[in-house]
Amino acid sequence: MRYESQNIAKIYWYGALLIFAVQVVFGLIGGTIYVLPNLFPTDLLPFNVVRMIHTNALVVWLLLGFFGAAYFLIPEEAEREIHSPFLAYVQFAIFFFGALAAVAGYLFHIYADQARSYLEQPLWVKLGIIVAALIFLFNISMTVLQGRKTAITNVLLLGLWGVAIFFLFSLYNPANLSVDKMFWWYVVHLWVEGVWELVMASILAFIMLKMTGVDREVIEKWLYVIVATTLFTGVLGTGHHYYWIGAPGYWQWIGSVFSALEVVPFFGMVVFTFAMVWKGRRDHPNKAALLWSLGCSVLAFFGAGVWGFLHTLSSVNFYTHGTQVTAAHGHLAFYGAYVCVNLAIMSYAFPLLKNRAPYNQVLNMLSFWLITSGVVFMTVTLTFAGVLQTHLERVNGIPYMDVQDQLGFFYLLRLGAGAVTVVGVLLFIYSILVPREQEAIAPTSLTTAPAE
Amino acid sequence: MSEILTKSTARNIFYGGSAFFFAIFLALTAHSYLYMVNKSTDSAGLTDSVERGKRVWERNACFDCHTIYGEGARFAPEVGDVFKRWNGETDPAGAKQMIKDWMKSQPSGTPGRRQMPHFDLSDQQLDDLADFLAWASRTNTQGWPPRKSK
Ligand code: HEM
Ligand code: HEM
Ligand SMILES: [Fe+2]
Repeated sequence: MRYESQNIAKIYWYGALLIFAVQVVFGLIGGTIYVLPNLFPTDLLPFNVVRMIHTNALVVWLLLGFFGAAYFLIPEEAEREIHSPFLAYVQFAIFFFGALAAVAGYLFHIYADQARSYLEQPLWVKLGIIVAALIFLFNISMTVLQGRKTAITNVLLLGLWGVAIFFLFSLYNPANLSVDKMFWWYVVHLWVEGVWELVMASILAFIMLKMTGVDREVIEKWLYVIVATTLFTGVLGTGHHYYWIGAPGYWQWIGSVFSALEVVPFFGMVVFTFAMVWKGRRDHPNKAALLWSLGCSVLAFFGAGVWGFLHTLSSVNFYTHGTQVTAAHGHLAFYGAYVCVNLAIMSYAFPLLKNRAPYNQVLNMLSFWLITSGVVFMTVTLTFAGVLQTHLERVNGIPYMDVQDQLGFFYLLRLGAGAVTVVGVLLFIYSILVPREQEAIAPTSLTTAPAE
Repeated sequence: MSEILTKSTARNIFYGGSAFFFAIFLALTAHSYLYMVNKSTDSAGLTDSVERGKRVWERNACFDCHTIYGEGARFAPEVGDVFKRWNGETDPAGAKQMIKDWMKSQPSGTPGRRQMPHFDLSDQQLDDLADFLAWASRTNTQGWPPRKSK
């Protein structure tokens, strides 16, 4: 760590990890309700409240993680301190308080009058998020404008501006359901298959730059190529959500073609990370960060790329739309791409922020394998459930509830895998927060000089 | 990729191409908007009651269990076509009453069956909700959902 203000990242990441724990615990509660629907009193803790906490907590902690990553890497890239650390803490206070208030409020059935999936936050929380985002954008834009401009900061800034701009569509909720849905995807799809991918690619590029020692020119060229394929395919790829909501039929063609091509940037990130690590041939001591980074590109490729492609052609989606296949894909895609990239940059940065050699590497890597096997197994069981559901309900015409009764076995397996995931998450948090004096395996030679 | 493509060329392709695709996307959205308002949805039938019904749907986070047009949670059945499935096309008043009665009778309490909460809705809110579901069932969704008969 070279700049004092990089320390701001710490508080963002502590907040993120706390909400991460809440997210997976509520996932586990949701999975339990699938298996034992009468366990919790429906009027106190209905499924919809559990799900909104699970999904909102996910989005909020990932955003906190991105903010933290920006505060960590921008000083090094721009070669100067963050414009105003004070504002950064104010931003954290607003955002974190808003997030906690929203989640706590959900427990008491307080959510927006015009709630929609992922956007259940009461209006004042949404406005708080926007204020926090404006403070953030001001702060990092000032830092970058006055400092060195690199491809990594360009792409990261563009991505984060996009996050804020598309969030504004959360305020628009017309009475016409079809129009409502069309613009709802401006937030949800243009986030995860657009601007968030820019953030992800730039964080990975930063990690590659630092860990492999490959030349900056090479890395930044890759970065531009990858994000170009992201937006060329992902923007019109939004069409894969416009097949059946009352939009014109041409989206079936446009959506199918462009979203099928969305696999390209994810494949590009796999090739990129592996090529850089291979090319660099540098034995970096932070093995855990490397594992998370390579895991990130590979799992994102499977979750978003392969599982996305599975149901993205309109002829397939006609049958699978809104089944457990969607939930399977949602889990592996969010995990592989955005959970992993956050945990990768945290694993890389925390030893530097704490001014010590990488620590708890074995525990950290164990947590990678636990969480990964948990999420992959959940994805596989949900895929089986979804394919069966598609066949029985959509092809054979058996009513929804009757079909669900036959899927109990898969939901039980999902619950088991979910429990493994939660254990893995707690282990990760422990391995980051509690440095130990003696390493289980000693890190190899501590390379001090960063890549450039 | 070394000399064929320089970094600044890659950057320009990225910015230019993204702007290009985004412009197409905006144009198509604008067209889709007009298509929805004029063709695929029942704009004339979008009454105040339908709009209020949509807000009831949102205020109670129904979509965090159900899907509508296939979107939302997958914990409970699709409702975009519930009005049709309950024969609203031939007997609208009957289907509307069925929806209202359904809401009032939850949770079922049946052991082992997923439960729907009881929402304290006024008669007016129940009416609005049923109108909203009836309205939603009239949208042209390109033939989705696939249903055998019924
Ligand atoms: C990291 C990137 C991605 C993430 C985080 C992600 C996440 C999600 C989530 C959460 C949903 C469910 C939305 C809802 O209805 O509530 C969804 C739906 C969908 N995703 Fe992705 N996705 C990603 C990338 C992709 C890619 C690359 C493709 C195509 C190749 C794809 C294809 C689809 C399709 C077709 C649906 C609609 C499913 C349905 O009809 O029910 N996704 N995605
Ligand atoms: C890193 C871990 C996790 C991530 C990234 C994640 C992500 C998500 C996302 C994006 C959704 C919404 C998807 C959709 O509606 O299609 C969702 C829903 C859900 N998740 Fe998770 N989740 C995680 C862990 C868990 C765990 C450990 C469980 C426990 C079994 C779980 C259970 C559920 C349930 C029951 C739903 C609701 C599905 C429905 O709508 O019927 N999740 N999760
Ligand atoms: Fe999408």
